[in-house]
Amino acid sequence: MKILKLPKGKLDLFASVVQQFGELHAPVEQDGKYVFKRLARWPDARLEYDRTILPPKKYFLPPRETLFRYRPGEGFVPSTDGLDQRIVLFGVHACDVYAINILDQVFLGKYKDPYYQARRRNIAIIGIDCTPDKQCFCRSMRADFVDHGFDLFFYDTGDYYQALVGTALGDDMVLATGNLFEPVGPADIDAYKERSWNKRRAFHLDVEIRDLSEIFEMEYESGIWDQLGRKCLSCGSCSMVCPTCYCYDVSDDVELGSRAGKRTRSWDSCLYFNHALVASGENFRRDRASRIKFRFYHKQRGFVAEYGRPSCVGCGRCVSACPVNIDTAQVIDRLRRVEDVGSR
Amino acid sequence: MLVADEVATYHPVLTENPYQPHMARIVRIHKMVENNHLFTLRFLEDQLAHSFRHQPGQFIMLSVPGAGEMPISISSSPSRPEVLELCVRRVGRVTDALYRLKTNDLVGVRGPYGNGYPMQEIMANDVLLAAGGLGMAPLRSLLWYALDHRDKFGNITLMYGAKRPEDMLFREELVALVDRTDINCLLTVDADPSGAWKGHVGLLPALFDYAKIDPARTYAAVCGPPVVYKFILQRLLDLGFPKNRILMSLERRMKCGVGKCGHCSIGYKYTCMQGPIFTYWDAINLPEMI
Ligand SMILES: Cc1cc2nc3c(=O)[nH]c(=O)nc-3n(C[C@H](O)[C@H](O)[C@H](O)COP(=O)(O)OP(=O)(O)OC[C@H]3O[C@@H](n4cnc5c(N)ncnc54)[C@H](O)[C@@H]3O)c2cc1C
Ligand code: SF4
Ligand code: SF4
Ligand code: FES
Repeated sequence: MKILKLPKGKLDLFASVVQQFGELHAPVEQDGKYVFKRLARWPDARLEYDRTILPPKKYFLPPRETLFRYRPGEGFVPSTDGLDQRIVLFGVHACDVYAINILDQVFLGKYKDPYYQARRRNIAIIGIDCTPDKQCFCRSMRADFVDHGFDLFFYDTGDYYQALVGTALGDDMVLATGNLFEPVGPADIDAYKERSWNKRRAFHLDVEIRDLSEIFEMEYESGIWDQLGRKCLSCGSCSMVCPTCYCYDVSDDVELGSRAGKRTRSWDSCLYFNHALVASGENFRRDRASRIKFRFYHKQRGFVAEYGRPSCVGCGRCVSACPVNIDTAQVIDRLRRVEDVGSR
Repeated sequence: MLVADEVATYHPVLTENPYQPHMARIVRIHKMVENNHLFTLRFLEDQLAHSFRHQPGQFIMLSVPGAGEMPISISSSPSRPEVLELCVRRVGRVTDALYRLKTNDLVGVRGPYGNGYPMQEIMANDVLLAAGGLGMAPLRSLLWYALDHRDKFGNITLMYGAKRPEDMLFREELVALVDRTDINCLLTVDADPSGAWKGHVGLLPALFDYAKIDPARTYAAVCGPPVVYKFILQRLLDLGFPKNRILMSLERRMKCGVGKCGHCSIGYKYTCMQGPIFTYWDAINLPEMI
């Protein structure tokens, strides 16, 4: 992989050049939190941020999206609205790039989703390294570093950003700047290693995911699920903010006074009552305990069986979003803990 | 939205869209049973009508314009191509809208989806089909496939139960099978107030008394409401059926049919991709299965 460095003082110059590759979006501050947004001006970008409220998944899988328009006589005509828009996402953390790679497995595997595919092709990603806070457990989830899925990835090594060039597009961005980027030498590599080591030591949380699948099977009937079910409000916030939750609902609407209409999909959550409800009235996950258990089970066990790793990247968003403080890392930790027989 | 000729023809949304419904004409509506009509469809594109192939047990996503999309089993056998027969029970929003349509109206179809019955494995064995109520819909495809390739299968037994004779799906064609010697067709009704029923009266499991089944060389395909599974599965296990030779067809909420929307998941499998046909062995290993 091509590795270069950019003097920090030249970052705004780089940003202005990169705009020719698409509309520039980056984290900006909003009421004390961060959101990915179109930049009005470069100084609004906040590259030192903890986490955005919504993950970048909103660009690839929008909260609401028209799939088809229906007109009598024409049938279902695919909507291409917004699919060809070129965007450059600046400042995506490793866990979030990792999460997009996980979405790729679902949406670009068998039966490719062409809407996702088009957006993925037209949205460039410039990643940036970060410092974990007390809710991050991406290292435990093996998502603290990412080796593909971005066009460029920046590591802050003091006076420079060290840049991994992930794609030909990333390379074009570098070339478009003329000679802003410089080659890296041994001192830069050492600076990187030191940064990597410091990051490792900065984690507050550590959960063990080896054999978690087996533990989930063993603890399927655990009382912990009922306890969580009594707390959970089924608000679905944890799904909305999760960078790897991809469940969606589809609905058809007819335009008033006509027989034309459209088919839309929108984000959904397995915590909602009707997620597994069928017409006979049967609901395969009627009570909250079974739904919250399903969320954990699917991410930490089901996805492993299907795609070889958990679908959680440890970004900590669900913990921030949950109104009743249900904490993913804590739940995993409790499931793993050896409890004495008497307390069961 | 881009108008058609501006869009480069390679746009994946236009050319390779797994969600694209293909328009099909309703060529016949047969009112088999109150609120359980049989819809016969033919794709508008001749090419598609000729090339569409499915496996018994697979399903399609059926769009009723303006109302929505839903999973429906293909009730016709692949051995009788060109048209698709769907047995649809009227239960809610989308099925209601379908029931408002008339012959020659258009619907959308995409598929076929799901694994279908493992025909390669089943062939050369005996087949036991056991269905209750609407469970006959997916099994009918398998039934006619086996009858149309009669020499490829061993003994064929059908056990089907409905509440009353007038609730029996595909009644005429099934009654006509009773006299055939190449299939043991056992039909029963829970009750027969009319007194005109010539078949068995009683619950479905009672039909085992009239069937000769060798569990060592039989595949059992079971489909129906939960009570059917409850009684039939136990019976099959008691007879000594290996767990991977009991095949069940499951229903889950489905919004995509292609492993994306997440609604159909059971434990760690997606009903639309690894199902809807599951073995009993899957069932006891997946939580929430039945
Ligand atoms: C693999 C498969 C095969 C099926 N085959 C048949 C068949 O051959 N004949 C038949 O009549 N029905 C069949 N069903 C059930 C059929 O899909 C539902 O009856 C139908 O979706 C109800 O839609 P509705 O809008 O009329 O009902 P509503 O209750 O208004 O449903 C609203 C939405 O709920 C979902 N839903 C409700 N019930 C079911 C259900 N049982 N299964 C899946 N999703 C559901 C759908 O997404 C539907 O759009 C099958 C289901 C599956 C999964
Ligand atoms: S489950 Fe929670 S911690 Fe894991 S990826 Fe989703 S939001 Fe982040
Ligand atoms: S955010 Fe918390 S309360 Fe809301 S559905 Fe998720 S776990 Fe339940
Ligand atoms: S129906 Fe959408 S994942 Fe199976």
